[in-house]
Amino acid sequence: MTPVQAIIAKELRSYFVSPVVYVVGSVFLLIVGLLAYLYVVFAGAQAIQLMQMQGSAQINLNDLVFRNLFSSIRFILLIILPILTMRLFAEERKLRTFEFLLTSPIGINEIVVGKFMSVFLVFLGLLGLTGLMPLVLALFSDFDWYPVLTGYLGLVLLGALFLSVGVLASALTENQIVAAFVSFGLLLVLWLLAGVGSLLGETAAGQAVSYLSFMEHYDHLVRGLIDMKDLVYFFSGLALMLFLSHRVVDSARWK
Amino acid sequence: MIEVQQITKRYGQHTAIDRVSFSVAKGEVLAFLGPNGAGKTTTMRILTCFIPATEGAARVAGFDCADQPLEVKRRIGYLPETPPVYQELTVTEYLRFVGRLRGQSGKVLTSSMQREIERLGLGTVQYRLIGNLSRGYRQRVGLAQALLHDPQVLILDEPTVGLDPKQIIEIRELIKNLAGSHSVILSTHILPEATAVCQRVVIISGGRIVAEDTPEQLSARLRQSEKISLTLKSPAADTDSLLRAVQGVQNVFTSGAPGTYFLECELGRDAREEVARLAVTSGWGLLELKAISMTLEDVFLQLTRDETGLAQDSMVAPAEPAGQSA
Repeated sequence: MTPVQAIIAKELRSYFVSPVVYVVGSVFLLIVGLLAYLYVVFAGAQAIQLMQMQGSAQINLNDLVFRNLFSSIRFILLIILPILTMRLFAEERKLRTFEFLLTSPIGINEIVVGKFMSVFLVFLGLLGLTGLMPLVLALFSDFDWYPVLTGYLGLVLLGALFLSVGVLASALTENQIVAAFVSFGLLLVLWLLAGVGSLLGETAAGQAVSYLSFMEHYDHLVRGLIDMKDLVYFFSGLALMLFLSHRVVDSARWK
Repeated sequence: MIEVQQITKRYGQHTAIDRVSFSVAKGEVLAFLGPNGAGKTTTMRILTCFIPATEGAARVAGFDCADQPLEVKRRIGYLPETPPVYQELTVTEYLRFVGRLRGQSGKVLTSSMQREIERLGLGTVQYRLIGNLSRGYRQRVGLAQALLHDPQVLILDEPTVGLDPKQIIEIRELIKNLAGSHSVILSTHILPEATAVCQRVVIISGGRIVAEDTPEQLSARLRQSEKISLTLKSPAADTDSLLRAVQGVQNVFTSGAPGTYFLECELGRDAREEVARLAVTSGWGLLELKAISMTLEDVFLQLTRDETGLAQDSMVAPAEPAGQSA
């Protein structure tokens, strides 16, 4: 077992003996389930209306259910993922195990990657459980699977980016609440950059600012567009956040 | 095995340690003695590559702490001041994690875990969560962690803190047994501990090394004069001057109770025999006569009280003789 695997195994163990994952996971699944139900009911109501007016109804579940659902999950993730990541480094520093970890014969990059991977796996597990909803829906209706799958790809990439921001925030402080708020704040800023960008319009500056926000990149994937530009955004953002975490963890030794 | 040359660590304006140099041979146990805030932990953190030194170089097993930290870390077992345990893991889960971080696996890991669990008496608690263990057990789990990969160098920051007297004796025995095959640095502010387990003591105060020697040598070096305590039943008026006349006696103090004298004699000369003869022939009623040796505790208090130290071999002012009564 490599050190990275050892860290992943230990972190997963720590996650699942604490109530945090269970509480956060249940709330997440409850809200996503409720939203999915509501969107399906609305879609049904719309279908009935169309039926009464035109005698036949052809509604698009991809537009009425999935695109709405993916937009909503984006916001839920922004709130719950910082709760999952806040303990990763902050707790080690608070409980003085940070020194042990840094005097172990492993590189800081292995620590950062191991910690990120552990919370990413937890997130994938939660996301996997939401996969039940399209499966159930597929039993009773017809929709295009392709944008649903690219939407899920978008969620995975978006989640990874959010988690890496959370890892960075957790490395900055030994207070878990502060870590959660810092990552929440950073993510909100990344979100709002989209608004700033559209305010600046079609200028070079406006486009640059919009590019920094995850909004349009995620929207492309939800609409079924896989663009290299968007993938580069997510992967470079993830790499940058993990690199910064590495620097912050390293510099924590100097204080 | 460990070589520290002129290391200095500054935090902004504050100098935590100032040009500290010492070395530890293979198989030697060295005690780091000093009051709180003297720089013991800082020095240990530099040796374990947790923090970099501002100036100077530290080498462990031939590897530089700044240039080859991974090689150094592989060869060190480190117990920080607070045992670095994860409360949500059981003892065996924790030790397995530690072993894996150090590249152990399979049978090697299982057998080294078994060895440490046995050595530190953790058998009864091995499947319990560390969070539910007492301070003493956590300390032992921390020690098991440091020993797990059988490192050449052990760095223990106050290893007996929080243990009960029986456990303290056990841990000291353990450290003594490790000597010879392992190089050990341990920090402590408990003096008998340093005397009990270490071949060499480094006394550090205010970030600087003020003395370094064997416990016995240290007390001998610090003694400027041999001191004798004398108690007489019926001293005469001329006792004082007669005692002063004894060859080798430099000074005579009387203190507190009547009939109690302290004599300071030339270094290396034992005046007890002469004094005894004089007391008997003069009929003073000799009750007690003994040489006073400075304990390490006296040495420590003296060295850490005034900062001049032994650095330039300048001897420290002798202790007040009255302070030795008791």
